[in-house]
Amino acid sequence: MTAETGPWLGQSIERVEDVALLSGRGRYFDDLGVRPGTLQAAILRSPHAHAVIKSIDVTAARAAPGVVAVLTGGEVTALSVSLVVGVRAPIQCWPIAVDRVRYVGEPVAVVVAADRYLAEDALELIEVEYDALPAVIDPTAALDSKVLLHDGLKSNVASDRSFRYGDPEAAFASAAHRIAVDIHYPRNSCTPIETYGVVAEYEPGDDSYDVLANFMGPFSLHPVMARSLKVPVNRFRLRTPPDSGGSFGVKQGVFPYVVLIALAARIAGRPVKWVEDRLEHLAASVSATNRVTRLEAAVERDGRITALAYDQIDDVGAHIRAPEPATLYRMLGNLTGAYDIRHMSVRNRVVLTNKTPSGLNRGFGGPQVYYALERLMQRIAVELKHDPLDVIRRNLVPANAFPYRTASGGLLDSGDYPAAVEMAVNDGGLSELRARRDRAHLEGRLYGIGFTAVVEPSVSNMGYVTAVLTADERRKAGPKNGAQATATVAIDPGGGVSVHIASVPQGQGHRTVAAQIAADALGLKPQDIRVISDFDSARDAWSIASGNYSSRFAAAVGGAIHIAAMRIKDKLARGAAAQLNVPADQVEFTGGRARARGNPDNAVPFARLAAASHWAPGTLPEDAHALRETVFWTPPQLTPPTDTDEINASLCHGFIFDFCGVEVDRTTGAVRIDKYVTMHDCGRVLHPGMVAGQITGGFAHALGAAVYEEFAYSPEGAFLSGTFADYLVPTPTEVPAPVILHMETPSPFTPLGAKGVAEGNCMSTPACIANAVADALGIAEIDLPLSPKRLAPFLHKPEPKP
Amino acid sequence: MKPARFDYVRADSLAEVHDVLAAECGEAAVIAGGQSLVPLLSMRMARPKVVLDIMRIPELAGISLDGDTIRVGAAVRQAELLAWSQLKARQPLLALTLPWVGHAQTRARGTVCGSVALADPSAEIPLTLLALRGEVELSTKAGRRRVAAEDFFQGLMSTARADDELIEAIRFPCGRPGEGHAFREFARRHGDFAIVACAAVADGKGVRLAVGGVADRPVARTFAGLGGSMLGQALDAFAHELEAREDLHATAAYRRELVRQLGRQVIEEARRCRA
Amino acid sequence: MPRLSADQRHCVRLTLNGRAVEGEAEPRMLLTDFLRHVIGATGTHVGCEHGVCGACTIEIDGALARACLTLAVQADGTSVRTVEGLAPEPGRLSVLQAAFRRHHALQCGFCTPGILMSLDHYLRSHPLPTETDVREFLGGHLCRCTGYVPIIAAALDAAERLRNGETDA
Ligand code: FES
Ligand code: FES
Repeated sequence: MTAETGPWLGQSIERVEDVALLSGRGRYFDDLGVRPGTLQAAILRSPHAHAVIKSIDVTAARAAPGVVAVLTGGEVTALSVSLVVGVRAPIQCWPIAVDRVRYVGEPVAVVVAADRYLAEDALELIEVEYDALPAVIDPTAALDSKVLLHDGLKSNVASDRSFRYGDPEAAFASAAHRIAVDIHYPRNSCTPIETYGVVAEYEPGDDSYDVLANFMGPFSLHPVMARSLKVPVNRFRLRTPPDSGGSFGVKQGVFPYVVLIALAARIAGRPVKWVEDRLEHLAASVSATNRVTRLEAAVERDGRITALAYDQIDDVGAHIRAPEPATLYRMLGNLTGAYDIRHMSVRNRVVLTNKTPSGLNRGFGGPQVYYALERLMQRIAVELKHDPLDVIRRNLVPANAFPYRTASGGLLDSGDYPAAVEMAVNDGGLSELRARRDRAHLEGRLYGIGFTAVVEPSVSNMGYVTAVLTADERRKAGPKNGAQATATVAIDPGGGVSVHIASVPQGQGHRTVAAQIAADALGLKPQDIRVISDFDSARDAWSIASGNYSSRFAAAVGGAIHIAAMRIKDKLARGAAAQLNVPADQVEFTGGRARARGNPDNAVPFARLAAASHWAPGTLPEDAHALRETVFWTPPQLTPPTDTDEINASLCHGFIFDFCGVEVDRTTGAVRIDKYVTMHDCGRVLHPGMVAGQITGGFAHALGAAVYEEFAYSPEGAFLSGTFADYLVPTPTEVPAPVILHMETPSPFTPLGAKGVAEGNCMSTPACIANAVADALGIAEIDLPLSPKRLAPFLHKPEPKP
Repeated sequence: MKPARFDYVRADSLAEVHDVLAAECGEAAVIAGGQSLVPLLSMRMARPKVVLDIMRIPELAGISLDGDTIRVGAAVRQAELLAWSQLKARQPLLALTLPWVGHAQTRARGTVCGSVALADPSAEIPLTLLALRGEVELSTKAGRRRVAAEDFFQGLMSTARADDELIEAIRFPCGRPGEGHAFREFARRHGDFAIVACAAVADGKGVRLAVGGVADRPVARTFAGLGGSMLGQALDAFAHELEAREDLHATAAYRRELVRQLGRQVIEEARRCRA
Repeated sequence: MPRLSADQRHCVRLTLNGRAVEGEAEPRMLLTDFLRHVIGATGTHVGCEHGVCGACTIEIDGALARACLTLAVQADGTSVRTVEGLAPEPGRLSVLQAAFRRHHALQCGFCTPGILMSLDHYLRSHPLPTETDVREFLGGHLCRCTGYVPIIAAALDAAERLRNGETDA
């Protein structure tokens, strides 16, 4: 649909990105030219889960055709310092193995050669002698294992914090029932189709690095990289390409490779480029954490929950790589989900195992929490013989309670959860679905219905991860909080408008929405606005919160664009006032013109008015010079953790209510989604088509996590999901179309009323499908992925002896 | 993920192929569609000295009828056989199984003989060849021989082909009147290699059931006229004999249970088709 | 034909979207690398290099092919079509491409060239596909952004428009 007139926000206009992308003219990382003489890197990786590196002989590799340099841990430690580690513990985190390998796929050496083929040839000539050590894979076993990953620690537990909100002991003591679930949440990742890429160069003259990488932020990692490279932030120039082949959090994880390739360039004395291949990506890029959770509820007879007790063991893999242990802390303010529960105890442990280090991944922390919480809701219903939907209804935060402060400090901005649930039940056809289930049961088929209600946080508070520290430690380290969003709106000498953003889009269409926002503010068409989204830390306005994560674009960056455009507009209005002979507040911008309100003929073309600040500034009052406005916007609600560890970890909170019907094949155990309904309240919808795209895309990721995908390790630490034939990403034959419903309660905390929407289904859908499967099979304990292998024991009779 | 170095020969004649194969003593890899070989090259799991392209040799092209046999040359792509106008009439089982081979995009390049040469125990084409008691035509400079499918597949990715032999063609017997056919497979995703695949051919004497994905090669067994619990027992015994593999996606017990259940389903379906 | 030796580059000539191109490649060079880095046709993407994701799907002599499963030397003398050849002229889109844009059938666009090539090929021989047909046919492609729903919708929409006589030209 191509809309003809504004307001543009709220319309699904065609994306400005698409003509180039559909024609093969995208400008992704590997499509951009490099400087003549740029070398290519390949990385030798550990075949062991855990081993001491006794020796590395790179002599033959150095002498191989085309090879310019070979790096190992020794070269890296000589020229850099460890990446900062986010807990108080005497451990280090290097981008390459130093003396010891701790997961399959850990970089051991880097070869820099004339081309990638030659670099891979030389990798084969490197001789590494390993002394294999026993590996720790299971997070629970890691807690008191004698095998230690890091000598600086007395155990594999890198952090162990307990929290108490309200009076959980009293609530449990007086509860009619205690009901618990035990969950082992698996490892998975959203595996963007484009892999990582870095091209780096070093200038010894001023000791500076210049890097182009398909990094997505958060730019709080920029100072982390600079520090590791031992240069000031302003000598570490980081740029991103105009287009990205998807991220979903995953391209945060390129940052250790930025450091590694930057060092390779320094040692080689020439620019060095590295493109990750898919096998490297699967084994060693990044993964969501796996988590062991015991969650117990104090429950009244009617299903009301009075208290929760969480015990979470989050497995971050072999290193605590920034921003970990953030996965565990993003949800701290939201552990009560969509429910009004006033008492809670939490124990959070961060454990190290011989797996790939974890990091950002769509839903970040949400899937792990909601899988436990929403499985618990279903178990409460089953054990107390209530309708699961009624248990959800009975516990929802009431409509009149917003803004609602959760027990652990989250501030739910807006919503009407009960109304959203009723709307979904009616418009989504729940009674019809129940009839389908009853018919299926009569036919002897295994069919179940699942529900989930989820609060989707967005726009992260940059201070939430400090909740891993004690209040005392936080005081010493200084407060951290907020989430600076930036945008620049500029007028060129032709009176044209451009918008610059540091949101580092990964395919979500930021340029289109940015154009819509600016066009609405200035009475122009989106086609009139030029949006620049490739990022350059040396030139662009940015802050640590810049980047593409925590679904912050619509809510935070969109708001900053709006504010910047309004500032330009106000200045232009002052300039127009004199020409139109009306007060500035009587000037309106529409149809490409500025005109007097109520007198459309008294008007001046926008471009002419806008160009005046360049060509005839002397004719304008100084407060009417409309050239370039850069806005930094941070919401005041994002305060640091309190001394009692309450934290509002996110600015916005959308609401999702899902239900689904699934059938399990009696023979094979295959799970078929018969119908999936997902109701979203993500505040004001800026572009319905893109919102739908985020929901269907998130749903597909979630379906993958629920049924197909797992980074599997053998008990000895061998990595078993090393190709796309083993790591099963759903294809078009596996992903049905969900029914999407909407309700809009604008956020009072964001300039446009929008909230994030991209991650919610990764939080709600796995639990919803599992609840349906548990319902179909009548089983209590069920972990992901819901593979035939896992379901077979509930379906197949015990095997007859041969 | 880039291949190690190799020479490349695009052969223009069979003689050239035979010469290269004979000269390289097992260090030559034949490339046809490349759908399995190229990833192995890129992962450096295959390290041939020479890659021998056979796709432009006229004698290897084409599907022909040789009496009661469908002869499929080494350069015939899977899509070509699937699109062959006589496929369903001549061999209904092939028409049932071929759509399950990979995806349209890989069938467009992958060859029928290439799948037989690879001998993946989960692949549909070797399974079908075995179910139908087909044969593999092998040739060297010195001569030709035919090997029954039963003898050709010898284990995990291992076959009776000698290093200097080329698979020139494979031969599927045509369907006979009064035969019934059935095929089912279960894979995690559509287009994946099967966890268990079952193909059945029923005739007056009984039902021949071939099972893929379970043992280290496809395995066939004839079930004469059995039904009910007798068939159940026979299938159970068969399932146990298969030495089922265990992997990330399925346990051995799971595979055996699918042999019992899917096996019975296809046997009964093949019988129904015959009737 | 003479043996092309492993450690030398050899001339590979092919027709790319109707134009003759040539470049040099060692026997081991993948067609993806040849198209992208030797010829400079970067529209064909690389997502896995082992034949699963479909991002590199192109047409060789009228048949679909994974460029990552093809050696450049194998393509010598062939006619290759890639995403760069789909649009009728610069700045205009084919019926299929336009349907993708209308339906928001791409987000990051990285999987898109392969999917477009597959569908372009398919719709020419299957003018009246069902949704199930399209889903099954696209089973050989991975998209991580869209959840496939808008891609299927775009394909069916394009099929209908092509049936109704809309043309690319
Ligand atoms: S890159 Fe060729 S199929 Fe993935
Ligand atoms: S649009 Fe991003 S992978 Fe398909």
